[in-house]
Amino acid sequence: MYRELRSHIINLLNAGTRLDGRKLTEYRKPIEVENNIVKTAEGSARVKIGETEVMVGVKLEVGEPYPDTPGEGTIIVGAELLPLSNPEFELGPPGIQAIELARVVDRGIRESKALDFRKLCIEKGEKVWMVIIDICPINDAGNLLDAASLAALAALNGTKYPSFDGEKVDYKQKTDKKLQLEKMPIAVTVIKIGDKFIVDPDTEEEMAIDARLTVSSIEDGTLCALQKGGDFPLTMEDIDKMLDIGIEKGKELRKYL
Amino acid sequence: MTYKQRIDGRDFDETRPIEAKVGVIKRADGSAMFKIGNTWAYAAVYGPRNLHPKFLQDPQRGILRCNYNMMPFSSSGERVRPGGSRRSKEISLVTEKALLPVLDLEEYPNSVVDVFIELPQTEAGSRCAGICAASMALADAGLNMKDLVCAVSVGKVADKLLIDLDYSEESYADVAVADIPIAIMPNSGKITLLQMDGEVKKDELMKLLEMGKKVLTDIYEIQKKALKEKYHEVEV
Repeated sequence: MYRELRSHIINLLNAGTRLDGRKLTEYRKPIEVENNIVKTAEGSARVKIGETEVMVGVKLEVGEPYPDTPGEGTIIVGAELLPLSNPEFELGPPGIQAIELARVVDRGIRESKALDFRKLCIEKGEKVWMVIIDICPINDAGNLLDAASLAALAALNGTKYPSFDGEKVDYKQKTDKKLQLEKMPIAVTVIKIGDKFIVDPDTEEEMAIDARLTVSSIEDGTLCALQKGGDFPLTMEDIDKMLDIGIEKGKELRKYL
Repeated sequence: MTYKQRIDGRDFDETRPIEAKVGVIKRADGSAMFKIGNTWAYAAVYGPRNLHPKFLQDPQRGILRCNYNMMPFSSSGERVRPGGSRRSKEISLVTEKALLPVLDLEEYPNSVVDVFIELPQTEAGSRCAGICAASMALADAGLNMKDLVCAVSVGKVADKLLIDLDYSEESYADVAVADIPIAIMPNSGKITLLQMDGEVKKDELMKLLEMGKKVLTDIYEIQKKALKEKYHEVEV
């Protein structure tokens, strides 16, 4: 069945179109980004790309810094592929797909230096802010990676510190102090099926993937994180084209923030 | 001590504002959202579908499996560690028992109906919100049902009997508080969930159940309206 579906998808791609009539490098519409949807989180966002919907919440906790970076706070990214969002997902500890999702989102933020970890320091060697970002898909209709990255950034962008008296965090009391974002890294996953490149795959297209490359880039086009996936290799020419698409589409997605 | 006026200004028999919507998760066979005050629940139904591992299968009828989960950022305090706690397992169990009486699963031997309840934001009454959402999602999935299930918490703060305790009431310091989540099948009036934390007298409890039933007929109307709205959209 997958073989038939795949050859159908490839025929369409060769004709310059897709199952739902989109162009090859066109995202589904509408793309919606809503900020601060969850009152219990210090920051949150919901992103919809077509029928795909992801929620991200940010909690801030005070903890001890790592011994090798006593003057820096840190981020922790978690993802749970909720069985509510996709009939294929099962209950249980995060599987490899969830871990990859969390780590790709983590690297985009960490490596772009979107957050200056030094500004998360409260007391050198003793107390730092830990920024905990949790990804929860509500409806997985394809391309969770891009939707989750966008939602994580949107959530961080509206995050406010809770009040902290030096001993305890009072989560009921939010301050006006915002988490400061230095960069806006955007992840775009470029998919290779046959010899064609597409973005924003839906559920059927995800089944037909040969290879994928997630390209995270910042405003000026500098790359900050990459992740190749899929069972097939990529040539230098493939990578060249995929990076161009990733950077260009990243500019488009950044406008929704 | 007496509790003269509710902290958020509600009447004693008044719920927080409610919002309900059906069909919010397209990949699920049935789904719904139920919001009461700051407590917000999603429910998705998958099935009837094959049940694995096989030894769980019942050749006489399908089984119902519920899972209640708070998202990591859903609590107003510290982050909730993912992966389920003893509390969430117990709530999953009582949710299952609250919903089972309205379902007829004899037509689906060896199968399972999975109900996943997720809470993005909580502030008391989350199991009841989850049950309200789940019962709408089951109806949305097109399963044979004898009735819907409607749930709310009733309780007592100091000397007052009241409906739908919020967090500040649940955790009211220095006064006696009783929190009693209930669920009913609105057409038969039968009770499918009954738990209690706190202290009340028997006659107070019976009075509270009557108060709860009355409010739940309003919640039933909200659930029905949300279900009808989805199918109205299809007609157009």
